[in-house]
Amino acid sequence: MASPSPSKNGGPSASAGGTPTELGVIVPYPEEAIARRSFEPVAAPVHPLVRIARSMAASALPTVVMIAGLLAFWQLLCGSPSAAFPSPLAVWEQSHDVIMHPFKGVDIGLTHFSIQDGGDVGIAGHVLTSLSRVLIGYSIAAVIGVALGILIGQSVFAFRALDPLFQVLRTVPPLAWLPISLAIFQQAQPSAIFLIFITAIWPVILNTAAGVQTIPAAYRNVAKVLALNPVEYFVRIMLPATVPHMFTGLRIGVGMSWLAIVAAEMVQGGTGVGFFIWDSYNSSLLTDTIVALIWIGMVGFALDRIVAFAGRIIGRAG
Amino acid sequence: MKQRSYLALEGITVEFPTKAGRFCALDGIDLEVEKGQFVALIGHSGCGKSTLLNAVAGLVKPTRGAIFLDGEVVDAPGPDRAVVFQDHSLLPWLTVEENVRLAVDKTAGGKNKAERKDWVMHNLELVQMAHAAAKRPGELSGGMKQRVGIARAISMNPRVLLMDEPFGALDALTRAALQDVVMDLQARLNNTVLMITHDVDEAVLLADRVVMMTNGPAARIGEDRAVTLARPRNRLEAIDAPEYAEARSAVIHFLHERYRNPATLAA
Repeated sequence: MASPSPSKNGGPSASAGGTPTELGVIVPYPEEAIARRSFEPVAAPVHPLVRIARSMAASALPTVVMIAGLLAFWQLLCGSPSAAFPSPLAVWEQSHDVIMHPFKGVDIGLTHFSIQDGGDVGIAGHVLTSLSRVLIGYSIAAVIGVALGILIGQSVFAFRALDPLFQVLRTVPPLAWLPISLAIFQQAQPSAIFLIFITAIWPVILNTAAGVQTIPAAYRNVAKVLALNPVEYFVRIMLPATVPHMFTGLRIGVGMSWLAIVAAEMVQGGTGVGFFIWDSYNSSLLTDTIVALIWIGMVGFALDRIVAFAGRIIGRAG
Repeated sequence: MKQRSYLALEGITVEFPTKAGRFCALDGIDLEVEKGQFVALIGHSGCGKSTLLNAVAGLVKPTRGAIFLDGEVVDAPGPDRAVVFQDHSLLPWLTVEENVRLAVDKTAGGKNKAERKDWVMHNLELVQMAHAAAKRPGELSGGMKQRVGIARAISMNPRVLLMDEPFGALDALTRAALQDVVMDLQARLNNTVLMITHDVDEAVLLADRVVMMTNGPAARIGEDRAVTLARPRNRLEAIDAPEYAEARSAVIHFLHERYRNPATLAA
């Protein structure tokens, strides 16, 4: 290997079958090898709708398979008549009315809905009652939370004054507020709304404040060079720069609200999906509780997605 | 009373409080810039170039000394001293047009809506970015973003245009294209410009004067060299001119012989 040999290194050589010329060796085109190559047949063009449907099916398939497997496993585990926990088929049979008639006692029009007072109300009616409480309490928490967040994000003094208070209060579990809430408001409805408010507000405040505090110095310098006044700075720079953080807080807040409302209604009774669970437990209708759990999970998921979607839309609109 | 230049920095000293005591970034900088002059500030990292530029912009308050622009003291930021930031600092939630429009709205008093829109588009055309008016900064390359940053600054009709290492984050070819844009703008608008750069060729090619700063802390102006290349300039003609080579050599000797980079000395 010590002495270099050009022919071994694959250098140009007339013996390779080529034709030597002034510039080098012309190797003949390997027609035979080209003829041997085969190409994949080009797939027939697919209609775009078909393609979309296929890709949706491909992404949903694992979920469907998983759910089917889980249900089968559950059925196997709890299928015997002596099982303490109802099987999926038992849920379907025993809670058929709850599953199939969720809107019993609910009157929904285009612009309004009303829920029958007391008596026999379907699960959707209870969910709507809970949702309306969440909507009120959460809206107040969102408005006040964003305002307080901007205040403590903007002012170092306000931050030092209020942040320790917020840090302590946010660790108080929602249900611990219930006695105080009941003592203040005396009634179920406003105290449930207060509970939602006091649960949802902390993540909104703290995330908004973090958003304001982390506005890049570059944007602040732009505002200074352009000599934006405080109102312009607020509208053109601070709000758009803070929206992503704000919506992180709002998303955490809506999830916590939904957790808190169910717990509060279980304790308070009367109406709402939490009450429905407690009522079905007291009536030994465990299958109804299972249906309610599925509803709660789906609604909580939908709430989270709605807030996330709103955040994306607003963030884009700027 | 002595006649001051258009832009006059008199005894600018900037000190920052640190844990170890006061840190003196700039020590008594005197600099006079005539109207329409293009001045490049060059020096090693940490020599306080940015601090000096920020002082002129009003973003940093000098500990001592004063800055005069057209006879008036400047001590706060304002749109008469537009800044092209190194990181372009476009607002990502606004389109290209809206980013420039924000600056125009703050400076174009008396113009109506249509005139403002025309002015925005005119400035985008000057940097060849009118085609991207509806795009957001996230959709643009680094060079295009900086073009928009330049359009935003010149659209404000500033009395002084401040550029803080405007092309520092760009690759060499994009940088050359942007330098051509700046040369073209300078030929048309004849702005008074203060530009920070690390790039010797950029300084010589673009500037009428190259101001070389000594190493910090307590940086001062070490040398102030005029570049007498004729304007309007052209890259290819300039690099072949003897004056270009002389100026370039002078700056390189200053930076690598008299005031070597403190980082390389340590290494």
